[in-house]
Amino acid sequence: MSSNVNECQILNADDDELMRISREGTLSLNLDEMHAIQAHFAKLQRNPTDVELETIAQTWSEHCVHKTFKSLILYTEDGKDTEKIDGLFPTYIQRATEEINKPWCVSVFVDNAGIIEFDDTYNLVFKVETHNHPSAIEPYGGAGTGIGGVIRDSLGTGLGAKPILNTDVFCFGLPDTPYQELPKGTLHPKRVFKGVVAGVRDYGNRMGIPTANGAILFDTRYTANPLVFCGNVGLIPIDRCDKSVEPGDLVVAVGGRTGRDGIHGATFSSAELDDTSENLGSVVQIGNPIMEKKIVDALLQARDLNLYRSITDCGAGGFSSAVGEMGEDTGAEVHLENVPLKYEGLAPWEIWLSEAQERMVIAVPPENIEKLMQICEAEMVEATVLGNFTNSQRLQVFYEGEIVADLDMQFLHKGLPQHVKKATWSIPQHPEMSSRDEQTEDYTEDLLRLLACPNIASKEHVIRQYDHEVQGGIVVKPLVGIENDGPSDACVLTPIIGNQDAVIVSNGINPKYSDVDPYISAASAIDEALRNIVAVGGSIEKTALLDNFCWGNPDKPDRLGALVRAAKACYDIATAYGTPFISGKDSLYNEYRDTTTGEQRAIPSTLLISAISVLSDVGKVVTMDVKKPGNLIYAVGNTFAELGGSHYFSIHGYIGNNAPIVRTEEGRLTMQRLSSAIDKGLVRSCHDCSEGGIGVAAAEMAFAGGYGLSLNLNTIPTGEKIIYNDFLLFSESNSRFLVEVEPQKQSDFEDHMAEVPIGCLGSVTDNPTFTVIGIDGEQVINTSIGILKSSWQTPLHT
Amino acid sequence: MKPNVLVLRTAGTNCDAETDVAFQLAGANTALVHIQNLISSKVDLSTFHILAIPGGFSYGDDIAAGILLAVEMKHKLRSALEKFVADGKLIIGICNGFQVLVRTGLLPGVEISDNGNADITQRSTLAMNTSAKFECRWVELETQQSPCVFTEGIKSQLYLPVAHAEGRFTAPPDILAELESHKQIVFRYDRSSKISSGNSNYPNNPNGSDADIAGICDRTGRIFGLMPHPERFLTKWNHPRWTREDLPDEGDGLAIFRNAVDYADSLLCPVS
Repeated sequence: MSSNVNECQILNADDDELMRISREGTLSLNLDEMHAIQAHFAKLQRNPTDVELETIAQTWSEHCVHKTFKSLILYTEDGKDTEKIDGLFPTYIQRATEEINKPWCVSVFVDNAGIIEFDDTYNLVFKVETHNHPSAIEPYGGAGTGIGGVIRDSLGTGLGAKPILNTDVFCFGLPDTPYQELPKGTLHPKRVFKGVVAGVRDYGNRMGIPTANGAILFDTRYTANPLVFCGNVGLIPIDRCDKSVEPGDLVVAVGGRTGRDGIHGATFSSAELDDTSENLGSVVQIGNPIMEKKIVDALLQARDLNLYRSITDCGAGGFSSAVGEMGEDTGAEVHLENVPLKYEGLAPWEIWLSEAQERMVIAVPPENIEKLMQICEAEMVEATVLGNFTNSQRLQVFYEGEIVADLDMQFLHKGLPQHVKKATWSIPQHPEMSSRDEQTEDYTEDLLRLLACPNIASKEHVIRQYDHEVQGGIVVKPLVGIENDGPSDACVLTPIIGNQDAVIVSNGINPKYSDVDPYISAASAIDEALRNIVAVGGSIEKTALLDNFCWGNPDKPDRLGALVRAAKACYDIATAYGTPFISGKDSLYNEYRDTTTGEQRAIPSTLLISAISVLSDVGKVVTMDVKKPGNLIYAVGNTFAELGGSHYFSIHGYIGNNAPIVRTEEGRLTMQRLSSAIDKGLVRSCHDCSEGGIGVAAAEMAFAGGYGLSLNLNTIPTGEKIIYNDFLLFSESNSRFLVEVEPQKQSDFEDHMAEVPIGCLGSVTDNPTFTVIGIDGEQVINTSIGILKSSWQTPLHT
Repeated sequence: MKPNVLVLRTAGTNCDAETDVAFQLAGANTALVHIQNLISSKVDLSTFHILAIPGGFSYGDDIAAGILLAVEMKHKLRSALEKFVADGKLIIGICNGFQVLVRTGLLPGVEISDNGNADITQRSTLAMNTSAKFECRWVELETQQSPCVFTEGIKSQLYLPVAHAEGRFTAPPDILAELESHKQIVFRYDRSSKISSGNSNYPNNPNGSDADIAGICDRTGRIFGLMPHPERFLTKWNHPRWTREDLPDEGDGLAIFRNAVDYADSLLCPVS
C-alpha cells in the first residue's frame, strides 16, 4: 500500500474499536453498519482502504440514503399495540403518490428533482433542500451553498433543467434573544438571520434566478439549530427528461476545482451539533455563483446538442456519490490524479470525497467529447475526463496508477442493513386557555400584537434584497397591493415571456402545531400550501407537493414517534386531496448538546410542504389586496374553536390542545368551488386564513389594498357553536379563505358556492378604518389601516 | 432587412434572455454573443446595428460592478467599438451594462483630447446604494428632454423595476453640470409623488443617485445607459398591480427597444 492510501484495520476489530473508527473518522456509521462492512471485507480477506471506507460511509449516510425513512419502525401510540412500519417513505410518501397516480407526474423520487408536465414543449422540475448544519456554523457560506446546491439539483435532473425560480424558507431563534441566554458555542439568531439572507441573496441574485416565494419563522428552539430550506424550480424540454449511462461513456467533471472544503458534509449532517461544532469550519463549503452560472450556460448548450447521456451534481459525498450513483448499474473507473485541484497536497480520499462546490459530472460518449470541450472552453468552464463507465459492476478508483478503491456496486448500494427503530407517541396535555371575552370588550390591541409577531410581520426588508424580477416572468410578486407591500399568498410566474401558461409556487409550514400533535402540523402544512395555490387562482387538481422534514434525533423514540405521526398525515391528506408528492428530503439530528451540562435541545418537529401548480391562463389570477370600496367580503369555509398552537394563544403564553384539524372532504370541496369561482371571474381578491385567523387575514387584505373594512363576526360560518369573539377572530381552522366579491356578482358567487359554508361579513370601505362588530353587536375592533400596517411593518424592518 | 442586435454575454451576465426577447418583440434580428467570440473574431461586431449590454453580475462584479468587463472591452475590443460608435450605431447598457458603459467612459461620452485622440476615461461612477444593500423595487421615472434616440417620443412617466446594489450615479460637479447643459440626463427618479423627508428621496430614488439620475446618454443620444430594467416590463403582467389597475397590454419598457430598432431600421439598414 502506498503512502497515499491507508488501510483501515477493521477485520480483527472488536465492537469498541469499530465504533472508535467510525467516530474518529466522522463516518457516522453505527455498529450494525460497521459489522456489515467488516463481514463484507472478511469475505474478501482484506481490510478496506480509507478511500473505500469513506466511500461506503458517504453512500450510506443519512443524508444520501435516508435510512431513517427506510428503516423498520416499531411504533407504539399511547401504550396501544405495536405497529410495524416497513419504511416511512415507501409506506406513506411513495404509496400516496402511486395511489393518486396523476398522469402529469413525469418522474417522481428517482432523479435529483421531481418532474411534472407544463406545456406542449416543457416540463417543470422542483426540488427543495436543506442546509441546516452548515448554516448554523457559517451562515453566509452555509446558506449560499444551500441555494447553489439545489440549483444544481435542477441542472442534474433529466439531462438538465434551466433554473427559473428560487424559494427560501428559514427558521431562526428569536431576534431579541439576550446574549447571556445563547447556548454555548452558538451564533446569535440575528447574526444567523443576516448571514443566511445575505448568502441566499448573493448566490441567487448572481445566478440571475428570481427568489420569489418563502417564509421566515422564529422559535427559541431554533437558536442552536437554525433551518435553511432552499428550493429551485427548473424548466426542461419534454425530450430531455430521461438519462442513462452506457459502458464506455466518459466520466467528465465540469466546473470548479477540487479542494479540501466540505469534506464530510454528508456524514456531518447526520450527527447532532454540540458546543464544539463551531470549530468544524472545514465541513462548510465555499460558494462561487459565477462559476455555477457558467456551468449552466455551458451545459444547457451541450444538452441541446445531445452531447451527453447522463448528468448529476457533486453534492454530499462529492465525486464518490456522483460517480457511484451514475455507475450503479454499470460500473465506473476513475483516475483521481486527473481531477483539477485548487492546491496540491490532497490525499486520494480527500479528492474523492471533497464537497467543493459548483461541480457536475456528466457521462459523455467518446465521439462527443471534442465538441463538449469546445463549448466549455467558449464559456470559460473547466471540463476534465476523469475516467469512464464500465460494465464491471464495480466502482474502481485509481490514483497515479495504483488502485485505491475497488468496491462491488451491489454491496455499495444494496449492502446497507435495514435499521430497526423504536418509536413512541403519546398525546401531550397542555394547560387550556379560555376566552378573554369576560376580561375585555376590545381586541384591537390583540390584533396589533398578532400582526407584530415576527412570524406574521412583514418580511419586506428581506424580500427586497432578492431579485424577484430577473428573467422577466414573475407576474404575482411576493409583495402585492396598492403600495406593492402586502403579503402575497403565492408567487406566479410565466416562464415564457408573453405566454399565458403560468406556474404557481407556494408553501405551508406550521411547527407550532407540532407541540400539540405532529399529525395536525403536517396535515395543516399541506392544507396551507394548497390554500395558497387556490388563493391566487390555482386548482388542487393540478398541484404537486414536496415534503421536507426537519426533525430531532430519530434514534430517540419520542422524536421518531412524532415523525411517524407526521408521515401518516402526509399519506392521509395527500391522498384525500389528490395531490401527489414528487420529491422530498429529510434533515434529521437537528439537536444541540451542551457537552459540559449534558443538556439536550431538539428543534420543534418541522415539516415544510412546498406546492407547485400549473395554470393555463395567467389572466385569471387574483391577488390578496382588496380592490374597491363597496365590494363585499365573504368568509369561505367553516370556523371551529381551534386555537391549540395558535398565535393568539401563544401571545398569551398558552399552547392549548385543540389544534386545527384538516377535514379533507369539506376542504376539498371548498377549494374546488373557490378555484372555479375565481376562474369564472367572480372574485376580486382572495386571501387564505392562517396564522392569526380571520382577524389577521382581514387586516392584511385591507392595508394591502389601501381601503378600510367594516365586518361583523355574526355571519362567520361555523362548524360548531362558538360564543366567543376572540375565538371567532383568531381561530386558525384550516381550509378557510376571505374573498372579495363585487355587489353585482353577489348572487352568482353565492349560487356558485352553494354547497360550501360561506358568510358575508361586511364590505370594503372608502374610509381607511377597520371595524369589527362582535357577537353582541358591540364593536370589538376599531382602528385604522395605517395603524394596522405600521404594526405589521415595524418589527422586522431592519 | 431587419436591424441586427448583438446581445453581449459573458460569465455572470443574467438578463440576456429577456433583453433578447425585448429586441425580438421590437422587430429585430438578435444574436446572443459571448465576448470571447468577439475577441477571437468569430463574430464581427460591424455586422450589427445595435449593441446591447444586459444586466447581471459580469465576472461576479469582482473589484466593482462592471469593471472587469469594461476593462476587457476597452483593451480587447477598442478599435471595433470605436468604429461601431463612429458609424453612428446604437449602444444600450442596462443595469450592469450601464455600469460597464460608465466604467469604459463611453458614458457620459468620449472626450477628444488636444492631440486629436479619443480619450476613453471614466468620468462618473455608479457607487454603492445609500441604503448599503441590494434592493429590488419598482420606480417611477420622469422622462427628460434629451437627444436620446431610445426615448424619442416616449411618454413622460415610465414605471420600471430596479434591482441592484451599486446604482448610485455620481460624478464631480462639473461633469454633472455638463450633463445638464447637454441634456444628457434621460431619466430621473420621480421627485413628485411622495413628500420626501429632508433631502432624501428614498425609496423613489432607490439608490441615492446625484440629481435623481436614473439614466444618461452621450451627446449624440446614440449611447444610452440606465439602471432600471425596461426588458422586465414588456407585457402588462409584469406590472406589480395588474390585478387591480386597468393597464394597456404592452408594458412601458418595450417602447425603448422599438425606438432603437426603428432608428436602426431607418438610418442604418440599406433599403432592400
